[in-house]
This record gives sequence, structure tokens and C-alpha cells, in this order.
Amino acid sequence: MIIVTRRNIFFAITGALVLLSLVSIGVFGLRFGIDFTGGTLAEIRYEGTRPDVATLTRSLEDAGLSKGFSLRESGGNGYTLRASAITDEQRGTLAAAISYDGSAARIDQLTEIGPTIGKELRNKAFIALVLVLLCILLFIAFAFRKVSKPVSSWVYGLIALVTLIHDVIIPVGFFALLGYLTGAHVDTLFVTAILTILGFSVHDTIVVFDRVRENLRVNQERNRKEDFAETAGRSLGQTFVRSINTSLTVLFTLAVLYFIGPVSTRDFALTLLVGITAGTYSSIFLATPLLVAVEKRRVK
Amino acid sequence: MWQKRLAALIVLILGTAAGWYVYSSEVSASRPFKLGLDLSGGTQLVYRADLSAIVGGDVADSMSSLRDTIERRVNLFGVSEPIVQTQHAGTLAGAPEERLIVELPGVTDTQKAIELIGQTPVLEFRLLKADAIPSDISTSTVNEYFESAAITGKDLKSAQIQFNQAIGGIPNEPVVLLTFNAEGARIFAKLTKDNVGRYFGMFLDGSPISIPVINESIPDGKAVISGNFTPESAKELARNLNYGALPVPIELISTQTVSGTLGQEAVTDGIMAGVWGVVAVILFMMFWYRLPGLLAAVALFVYIVAVLALFKLIPVTLTAAGIAAFILSIGMAVDANILIFERMREELAAGKGTKDAIHDGFARAWPSIRDSNISSMITAVILFWFGTSLIKGFALVFGLGVLVSMLTAISVSRTFLMALGIEAKGGFSRFFFGSGVSTRI
Repeated sequence: MIIVTRRNIFFAITGALVLLSLVSIGVFGLRFGIDFTGGTLAEIRYEGTRPDVATLTRSLEDAGLSKGFSLRESGGNGYTLRASAITDEQRGTLAAAISYDGSAARIDQLTEIGPTIGKELRNKAFIALVLVLLCILLFIAFAFRKVSKPVSSWVYGLIALVTLIHDVIIPVGFFALLGYLTGAHVDTLFVTAILTILGFSVHDTIVVFDRVRENLRVNQERNRKEDFAETAGRSLGQTFVRSINTSLTVLFTLAVLYFIGPVSTRDFALTLLVGITAGTYSSIFLATPLLVAVEKRRVK
Repeated sequence: MWQKRLAALIVLILGTAAGWYVYSSEVSASRPFKLGLDLSGGTQLVYRADLSAIVGGDVADSMSSLRDTIERRVNLFGVSEPIVQTQHAGTLAGAPEERLIVELPGVTDTQKAIELIGQTPVLEFRLLKADAIPSDISTSTVNEYFESAAITGKDLKSAQIQFNQAIGGIPNEPVVLLTFNAEGARIFAKLTKDNVGRYFGMFLDGSPISIPVINESIPDGKAVISGNFTPESAKELARNLNYGALPVPIELISTQTVSGTLGQEAVTDGIMAGVWGVVAVILFMMFWYRLPGLLAAVALFVYIVAVLALFKLIPVTLTAAGIAAFILSIGMAVDANILIFERMREELAAGKGTKDAIHDGFARAWPSIRDSNISSMITAVILFWFGTSLIKGFALVFGLGVLVSMLTAISVSRTFLMALGIEAKGGFSRFFFGSGVSTRI
């Protein structure tokens, strides 16, 4: 099995991808949306042509909006406005401030989130993330509770955890880049996507590891001598098609959701696409090779 | 054999019945899908209730009275199917908070929605603290000088305009007569009896309107607000109080408005994505798994109508995130089939006949299917707990999808595969059960 024998090549590729993601997070940073920071978000759409940013900015400033707001083009005829909390008065004048002669505007979506709700969502997101990780760890521990040789069961669990960390770093890094390119912000939907990736991706790894242990058991029963790397490679060969296929069907629906689905879940679908791809990649190219590498080190 | 075919027929009939139910209830609008505000268009307002003036364990009572009052007012303005609910929240926001959530479908002007709620007056009663002088009271010093009285706006039964006839007042001055309900009258009687000689402040929306001295116990549950009213302003106040006065002040902390057009677009795009998602998955399954793939497609249809029927029956409020979860679940629903078919292929390769291969394939794939669904359920349950209404919509659909798909993928496709009754070991059936580009592992 080439993936196992040439594992260092794949470790290098994986390392490079993770490094790229970390650099992306470090350089671009994550922009937290109003779900977590509190503030105002408005989707403005023009029936005719939209005015340029400078004109709209002046008009909004005249309407009493403080300087801290940002405008970003969205779609072919709209803007996304992000601002801190607005007063009743500002809300009242907003509709008039964005309309111009010849290009009437409407506010398609207006969301205001107060600081306490923002703080609450931030804490909830954090707790949910920790809780999902914890539950999945427990689940992995449960799935690998039967001790097996030559690699002890906690090693399987640890490697499953390493692949999970990989599966999260890649989409987060990707999202940092997306934020830089399109102004995407980390919101509750993004956290939902990450948690969904965690739940989905752990499974592929468990399937291949289960097969490794099954083959080890069969070998033992039949008194067959086989190198661990060979057993692991054979197990991977037996399972990688189903790993890819189960992910492919999900990726198909996600791709459709991204390309023609509702605008509001587009970034969500893209994050899931990247995360589930990363999850499938790691279960094939990272998990089993790591297992073999650990076993080799143990033997030395 | 005929038993298995009968079972398959029953599954098909049940699936068709569920499909017919979903279709007919949608066309006749007898039980349409419930759409969240982000799909139907509308406004959601979240208020924080200021309960600092509420004494003791009256919180739950005040909140339900607050909800009733707002609900009455919203209904008054003819908003169809509004939702007004209270929420105890904020343990994670620092201090615990009592919140009021108002959902107004069809109201897509945030400012108008806020004004609609904002016209509801807050009526409060407070006693002047013993050492304070009532002359220099302003809105900012209210809390400094006054302590809360046991009676609140929720004890009010009715308000009406009168013209002052009392000696000592301005003749013919318009005043508002408050009548308390039985409970309120009892509290008011005790309050006035215990506090003779003290100043009793009546506050409307936080400003003192009238601060009379309590001369004697008032047993009949009536109080008069006199505060430089014009006949018009007294009339308006009486009307607003009759529609309901808020027992506690509320503060707007969050709003969300989605226009009807944006919601409609999301629905259309969501349906299109769903349809093409199903097409893509089915094409793939039939290309890769041939005959079993076709059966998986039938099982997928059964899954889809079953979930759609559940959406209507439970009912589940669908949001854009919920639609995304449903489309995602379509891709995941066939995963159990993939695990089963791959296992079947291995059994076939090991030289078993198709019948045994089907049987063993199902049995051996089960632990994997169970495990994959457990990890997804963990996520769904935690997301449901974590959720704002948006995420709850996702989690509910996702969790429901995982559960139902597990049932349909196993039972439905198994029933169909068994009903086919292919026993042969020959090349013909092997081709139909073969999969992928080659049969080599």
C-alpha cells in the first residue's frame, strides 16, 4: 500500500497544509461577526445601480452613523453594512440615508445584537466546542476500549484525536483566507459547521482503525505472520473506497448547496466542503500512516 | 419469498402515502411547512426585562404578565401568528437575565415593529423612601429616592378617564382612574394601610406622573392618577393602560429583520439545491452500485418523504440552516447503504452467494453504521442545546435526519434487496451486484 510505505511524502503534504492553514490564521486572522461581538449588520440592496462606497459612506455619516462602520459589496447590486450598535434614531433614518435618486434601496436584512447576547453566544460556542470534543473523545475511548496488540488502544484514540485537530485547523485556516478575500465573518453558523465536521470526520478514522484491528485479530487466530505495516496497508486498501464514497455523496449535496443554495448558508456549505474533504483526507493519508509510524518507533 | 415481497409492497405503499400526505397538505394549505422568520420574512425582537423593582419571587409572575400584555398588543395590530415568549437566559452572559422574545411574521420594517411594541406603557408604583424630599425628583434620581411597592402594573384591571370633582384639586382637571383586580385591590389595601403618611409615586415609562400622599387605607382597589393631563393625553393613557400596561420596564437588546423577498429567494434556492442534491446522489449511487444503488435511491425517496411528513407533523419550524441540514442529511442518508454495499461486495468476493452476501453484508456493516450515527447525534444534541433559534433549527433537522435515515437505509433497502430474491451465483446477477469501475478490491 503506497500510502503506508511512502508515508513520509504524505506526512510532508499534511504538514505543509496544516502549516499553510496556521499561517493563514496568523496573517489574516479571524474576523468575528456580530453574533459574538454584538453590533449591527444590514444587507442593503439597490433596485437600480448601486452608488459607490464613498458616496454611501458620506451619506451614512450624515445620517449620524459613527465612523466605525464598514461597507462591503455583496452580490451585483448591494452592500453589506457592519456597524456597532445603532440608536432608535439612526435606525429610523437608515432607510432614507441609503436611498438615492434613481436608485431606490431596500434593507433586505437587518440584525442587531446587544453586547450581552454576543457575550452569551461567545461563551455558548466555546462550551459547545469543548463539549463536542469531550464527548467525541469519550466516544473514541469507548470505540477503542478493547486492548489490542501490537499497538495499545490509547494510541488509536490519540491518533484519532490528532486527525480531528487536523480536520479543524484546515477549515479554520481556509476560513481566515475566505474572510480576507470576501469579508466572511466567524458566526454561529461557522461554529456549527466545525462541530458538524468533528462529528462526521471522526467516523472515517474509526472505520479504518476498526478494520486494522479486525485484520490483526484474524491474523492471530490463523497464526499468520504479517508485518504490521502490511496489515495496516491492507486494511486501508479494504476501506478507503467506502471512506471516499460516503464523503463524496455528502460533498455532492454540499457542492449543490454552495452553488445554487440560499445565500445565507453559502459560507457554511463551503466551510463544510473544506472540512469534510480534510476529514476524509486525514482518515486515509494521515491516520493509518501515523499508526504505522508509531508502531515502527515502538519496535525500535 | 412472498412474505418479503409483501413487506416490500407495504413499504412502498407507506412511502407513497407519506408522499401523498406531504403533497396534498401543501397544495391544499391545510398543513403547510412551518417557516421561520428568515424564510417567511418578518421581525424578531428580543427584550431584556428590568426586574430590579420586583420584590421577592414574583419574577415568573411578572414575566408571564409581561408576555400576555405584549401578546394582546401585537394581536391588536393584526399581525398574523405572532409568537411571544419569555426566556430565562444569560447565565452565560454574566448575570442572569429574563428575556422576552417577540416574533412578528410579515412585519419587515424594524422601526415600525419596535414602535408597535414601544407604545405599550410601563406603569410602576413606588414608595418614597422615608428620608427623601419629593420636590427634586427627576428620572435620574427615581431609583435613589424611591423604593418599590408591592403592587405593579400587572395588578391593574382597567383604567378610565374622569374629570376631577374632588375638593382641593383643580376643578374639572382630567384624571385617570385606575381599578385594580381582586388580587391588586387586596395588595393595595394592605399597602395603603401600612404606609399612611408616605408619598406614593406612580410612574409611567419611568417618569413620575403623580406622587400623592397616602392619607388613609384604600380598601376598594381604586387609585387616581392626576398629572397635568389634557383631556386627549388622559384619554390616550387610559386607552393604552386598558390594552395592557407592562409590569416591568423592558429594554431592546437584539433585533433581526428579514425581508419577504430575501426569504422567498432562500426558499426557492433551497428547494432547487435539494432537488439537484438528490439527483447527484442518486446518479452516483446508480453508477457505482448498480442495482443496489437503485434500491438505495428508492430508500432515499422513502427517507425524504418520511422526514418531510415529520416536519409537518411535529411540526418543525424550518430555517435556512434547517434546509441546509436537510440537504446535508440527504448526502449522509445513503452512507449507511454505502457501508452495507461495500461489505456485501467483500462477501461476494469471498465467494458467497448473493443471498448470503446480502445477509452478512447487512449484519457486518451494522456496527459501523451505528458508530457513525452516534458521533453525528452527539453533535446534533449539543448543537440543539447550544442553539439560538437559527442553530436549533439546524440541529433538530440534522438529528431527525440522522435517526430517520438510519432506519430507512437499513430496513427499507434491506426489505427491497431481500424481496428481489436473487439467489443465483451466475455472472448476470453478479454484474448487477458488482460495483464501481472494477470488481477488484
